Amino acid sequence: MTNVRKLAGRGGLYALLGAFAFFGAFPFYWMVIATFKTDHDLFSPLNNPFLFNEPPTLDHLKNLLFETHFHTYLTNTLWVGLAVVVITLVVAVPAAYSLARWARGWGEMLGIGIFLTYLVPPTILFIPLSRFTSSLGLQESLWSLILVYPTFTIPFCTWLLMGFFKTIPKDIEEQAMIDGLSRFGAMWKVVLPLSISGVLTVVVFAFTLSMHEFIYALTFISVSMKKTVSIGVPTELVRGDVFQWGSLMAGALIASLPVAVVYTFFLDRFVAGFTMGAVK
Amino acid sequence: MGCVEIRGISKLFGNVRAVDQVDLATNEGEFLVLLGPSGCGKTTLLRMIAGIEEPTAGEMVTDGRVVTHLPPRMRDIAMVFQSYALYPHMTVYKNIAFPLRARGVEKEAVRKKVEWAAGMFKIERLLDRKPRELSGGERQRVALARAMVREPSVFLLDEPLSNLDALLRASAREELRQFQRRVGVTTIYVTHDQVEAMGLGDRIVVMSQGKIRQIGTPMEIYQWPADTFVATFVGSPPMNLLDQGDTLLGFRPETFMPTDAVEGSGGVVTYPFEVTYLEYLGAERLVYGTVGEKSHARHVVSRLPGSLILPMEAGKTYPFAVALRDLRRFDKKSGLYKEGGPS
Amino acid sequence: MSGQPVSNLAVDGARGGLLDREGALAKLMIAPAILYIVAMIGVPFVLAVLYSLSDATTGDPSLNFVGLRNFTAALEDPVFRLSLWNTVFFTLASQCIVVLLSRLLATALLKTFRGKWLVRFLIMLPWTAPISLGTIGWLWMLDSIFSPIDWVLRYVGLLGAPDALLGAGTNLYYLGIPGLAISSIILVDVWRILPLATVIQLAGLSSIPKDLLEAAEVDGASPWRRTLMITIPLTLPITSIAFLFGVVFTFTDLVVVYVLTRGGPVHMTQVLSSWTFFKGIEGGDLAQGAAISLFMFPVLAAVAILILRMARRTEVV
Repeated sequence: MTNVRKLAGRGGLYALLGAFAFFGAFPFYWMVIATFKTDHDLFSPLNNPFLFNEPPTLDHLKNLLFETHFHTYLTNTLWVGLAVVVITLVVAVPAAYSLARWARGWGEMLGIGIFLTYLVPPTILFIPLSRFTSSLGLQESLWSLILVYPTFTIPFCTWLLMGFFKTIPKDIEEQAMIDGLSRFGAMWKVVLPLSISGVLTVVVFAFTLSMHEFIYALTFISVSMKKTVSIGVPTELVRGDVFQWGSLMAGALIASLPVAVVYTFFLDRFVAGFTMGAVK
Repeated sequence: MGCVEIRGISKLFGNVRAVDQVDLATNEGEFLVLLGPSGCGKTTLLRMIAGIEEPTAGEMVTDGRVVTHLPPRMRDIAMVFQSYALYPHMTVYKNIAFPLRARGVEKEAVRKKVEWAAGMFKIERLLDRKPRELSGGERQRVALARAMVREPSVFLLDEPLSNLDALLRASAREELRQFQRRVGVTTIYVTHDQVEAMGLGDRIVVMSQGKIRQIGTPMEIYQWPADTFVATFVGSPPMNLLDQGDTLLGFRPETFMPTDAVEGSGGVVTYPFEVTYLEYLGAERLVYGTVGEKSHARHVVSRLPGSLILPMEAGKTYPFAVALRDLRRFDKKSGLYKEGGPS
Repeated sequence: MSGQPVSNLAVDGARGGLLDREGALAKLMIAPAILYIVAMIGVPFVLAVLYSLSDATTGDPSLNFVGLRNFTAALEDPVFRLSLWNTVFFTLASQCIVVLLSRLLATALLKTFRGKWLVRFLIMLPWTAPISLGTIGWLWMLDSIFSPIDWVLRYVGLLGAPDALLGAGTNLYYLGIPGLAISSIILVDVWRILPLATVIQLAGLSSIPKDLLEAAEVDGASPWRRTLMITIPLTLPITSIAFLFGVVFTFTDLVVVYVLTRGGPVHMTQVLSSWTFFKGIEGGDLAQGAAISLFMFPVLAAVAILILRMARRTEVV
């Protein structure tokens, strides 16, 4: 009796999870289908859209990679992402350490203040920032994105790293100072190597958050050659009014999957940063 | 080499005086124990000596050199933390080598020194392991080896035995003492455990509320406490205290015995002792009870050797006595020890 | 044995260098972050307020102050009023659904089962993949002619036949008919935030001490009672945090509306962020755009305060 019940519960669990996985992943499955379907198959409303009614084709992929600027979007995204990662690390690591170790009173308020700036959305800032970057002569330049993206990576990563540094016992760096390092040396040579996973998390998030960004890129960049993947694919793979669905889906898929895989590995830490370490 | 002198050191955390106007000087090569309840300022004092905490006021001198504001690396000290603070990402070898590498000692010299220190603590076979693969006792030895490897002139220890289990603690205590005798390095040791303090210290510094209450040998601290705090903090069960006008009379439980058992050549004071409760502990018997009229009766404890076979029952009153030479007198208001004969 | 003394005592009586001074280091190390945040978030925010009080345009960005004219003009504009209502409605509708679904999903994910990694990866995709690209997938799925949903409906006979339940037309035009467009946007909003809310909920659920539930079981509490009296009260703060973050992201999101409908049909799905974009950037009216975007601020400030309060509360638990 209990066995039957157990089995039913198990079945229910899998059904539930299956439904949710279907809901979450279906648009991406749909991208896979569209990527390899011939246009004729794709645009025949009577064909079963879930199956390959005609043999699969690589035409859309070829078109995407050789006829469009897709590879330029990828390089642009990579370049912006890496630059943002470097800036974020240089600014957020020392700030987070300072807040984690030395903040008392006003310093704690400062930490909360930094976190709250993460809640100030691009939708409020993009108008003044577009004026700001163009007055610096950065319109249509990737540098405008590199300058602006840290507005969301720095507050978030500072907060995330602060939590990491707080988990490292103070004893260790005091011991390092007694063993002959300066105050700064103790942080540089002992605490940083110990927080390597925290730093790695920040690298991943600074990069993925830059890659996900849409509004600033849409506002600052309109030249095709300067676009990043997140705006290039939705705005450029359209001829006149006609979407090139096959290539569009291929582009969305190629750009999404790798970053999604990496992100999934680090998701729990992302959430820990979010909930301000309130959940242990 | 190896004298620490502290002049009028204070440390404030906000409005809290963690350490309050402390003067202290170590002797060459001695084992000095800072003893006190938690929160008495002993660890803060040690951290100021190490240079991790900067004093709010006062001056610190080691070997004739003012070091008050020097960072730890510029003082010739080593320290072992309560947690041992081993670098978790380094092997035992690298841990021990760390203080030498940080000072730019060249590789070959480092290797010799590490081997010497590891040999001293018999941990040669652990050199390739990471700290998490070590037992508590092994960790403690690694921490000691790391502290000793650069032969500091002062050696600081912050409750290094508190993370060991009881059995290991006793043997580690003995080892530590022997090792310190052999090397002869001036050692300052912080603990809240009076047994450790009595067993290890050449001298004990008893602290409470940021102030030093008494400095003395274990014998002096136990036999001649400077005030009622020391009298009741050191010794278990603590010293009995009885009111007598503006004076408190103090006597250790083991000096409070049935009248027949007290050797009274110098005179005795006798009390009717109403027994309320008995504890048989094998080597000794603890007898709890009261002395004095019902309205201001005082709780008193007697510690009788196990060899003293004397039938005793709760609820009955027995004649007990203290030899005059075992009586200590304290001022009731200030709690300070008072000179003067018995009354 | 003993080598030469290894201590380095060259600096006598002096203080250590800058690298030893905590106070100086503390300030020096946080200074770049503060400077950047003030320059790139603080100043632009003030600038947004100034724009909203001026008549600046992309062509003439000089600031001539006109008082609250932009705000009153916005309030009189029916499109603005609609987008304000839409923003609130989309946010609340999607986040209420998200809270319920994420709780269900988190409870399921708490169990151990085979292939958990894959299931987790698939469920998390909407959050981990770039939002604009995921939404493009939806755009193709909701296509006016080639939507697979329509195909299925036709296949089972609910659509496309003379007496079909959903009408005789071959397609439903998800993004072309106001009611369906609104539902589509809410659906995609749910799809987008559900993974994040689930992971936050999961963290909350797994932080409940096991012995607490076991104690309740020993005390004779039924599973229902345990959920009601222990799990829900204990996870209420973290559930609220999940909800509030969902609100922040949905409330300020531009991508879903921009990619799916561009606010159409005829502004029926316009939200504050898209209206800001169309007015302020595409229309070039910086002042109007800034004023519209600032209408988001009171809500965000309130949410921020609530998040801080909730976080404090969870720390006590």
